[in-house]
Amino acid sequence: MIGVIDYGAGNLRSLQNALEWIGETVRVVMTPRQLDGLKAVVVPGVGAFGAAMERLQSAGFVEPLRNWAMVDRRPLLGICLGMQLLARYSHEAGEHEGLGIFEGTVEAIRPSAAVKVPHMGWNELVIRREGILLRGLERPVCYFVHGYYVPLSAAEAHCTATCSHGGDFAAVIERDNVMGVQFHPEKSQRDGLQVLKNFVSAVRQW
Amino acid sequence: MVKNRLVVSLLWRSGAIVQSVGFRHTNVVGDPRIAIEFFNAWDADEIALLNVSRERPRDEAFLAAVRHVCRSCFLPLSVGGWIEDVDYARALIQNGADKLVVNTAGHRQPAFYRELAEVFGSQCIVASIDARRDPAGNYQVYVDRGRQALEQTAESAARAATRAGAGEILVTSIDRDGSLKGYDTELVERVARAVSVPTIAFGGVGRWEHLVEGVAAGAQAVAAGNIFHFTEQSTRAAKKALRAAGVPVR
Repeated sequence: MIGVIDYGAGNLRSLQNALEWIGETVRVVMTPRQLDGLKAVVVPGVGAFGAAMERLQSAGFVEPLRNWAMVDRRPLLGICLGMQLLARYSHEAGEHEGLGIFEGTVEAIRPSAAVKVPHMGWNELVIRREGILLRGLERPVCYFVHGYYVPLSAAEAHCTATCSHGGDFAAVIERDNVMGVQFHPEKSQRDGLQVLKNFVSAVRQW
Repeated sequence: MVKNRLVVSLLWRSGAIVQSVGFRHTNVVGDPRIAIEFFNAWDADEIALLNVSRERPRDEAFLAAVRHVCRSCFLPLSVGGWIEDVDYARALIQNGADKLVVNTAGHRQPAFYRELAEVFGSQCIVASIDARRDPAGNYQVYVDRGRQALEQTAESAARAATRAGAGEILVTSIDRDGSLKGYDTELVERVARAVSVPTIAFGGVGRWEHLVEGVAAGAQAVAAGNIFHFTEQSTRAAKKALRAAGVPVR
């Protein structure tokens, strides 16, 4: 069973539907106690970094998630803002500390005539090296909605795929048990469902 | 580079998907979930589920449709029709909507766009503009499912909506709706030029070349409804035509 962290960040239903569609059972986790007995957790996220961290903090998730990922070294997948929350800090609307599971920071996409912000729509991933999440995919095209990004310089060693919107950024990061995707796999049709399947099958063998 | 998108627009009325000609609804096409399962498998990039009921139905009926549809929709799902307050908007999102398509309430009161954008973010708010060409060649905005004309052009409505926080514009030609004659490309061009957010063209697609014309007129996304029903693999054929014309699509 996989847990989806519900800290009031909006629509979890799509993610839950997608995981169930590929045959996984899902528990919506509203308190840290509900992490007990799970094989893996997914941290979704839409909205602003600061507000999301505050909600994680007040629901008491910060230490349990850090322990989950770094002490117990169990599988964790961050999606979109959920991936950014894994970083050490973010420059979104001020300075905010993240979960600090990954080194690195979150920066704003700079708009220009050709670079709309938020980056919204389908875009190609460029695979940099082999990992778990993109197995079986050659030129994945996924659905993105975000105004901030994890720079390559920050994710370098763990970045398994990039995407480009006014410059390259980390689209997928993987460090052993900790993984993150900037796009929405639950909204990226075939390629996105494959990413979730890859995560789920890795979890089953963990 | 971000790809151009193909949007399948599904018009919902009393639990069924219907076709539309000049904003009058004709054939009943069928169950929305079955339609969405097909379009998912056939390479559509986005689904717009629009409640076109003439009277506001019980909210629960449409919420149930959204819930039902999103079970098998692994694409961005925009929903709209009768969004008049934040609570109902929130209920739509909690039931699986990714974006909200807002028309009448937003044009009557642009502050409503602002209110929604503050709660859900601009990326979540699609301002829908229905327009008709007048004899002088201006595009006049209509609200309330095409029943009431406003003293406003499509371009000025688009600017007002984006200033208030809408993150996308869906522009529909009432004249071309269901005509199979193609988009009103001048309307699309005027609106796309008036705003810096993405424009979705809708209304009138009868051949795949019309989709290409929509992109050429400046739309980032091209939508159609009627043409996608009744033929096997329709969205896949549409993508193929876009690709062959050099439009970057998924």
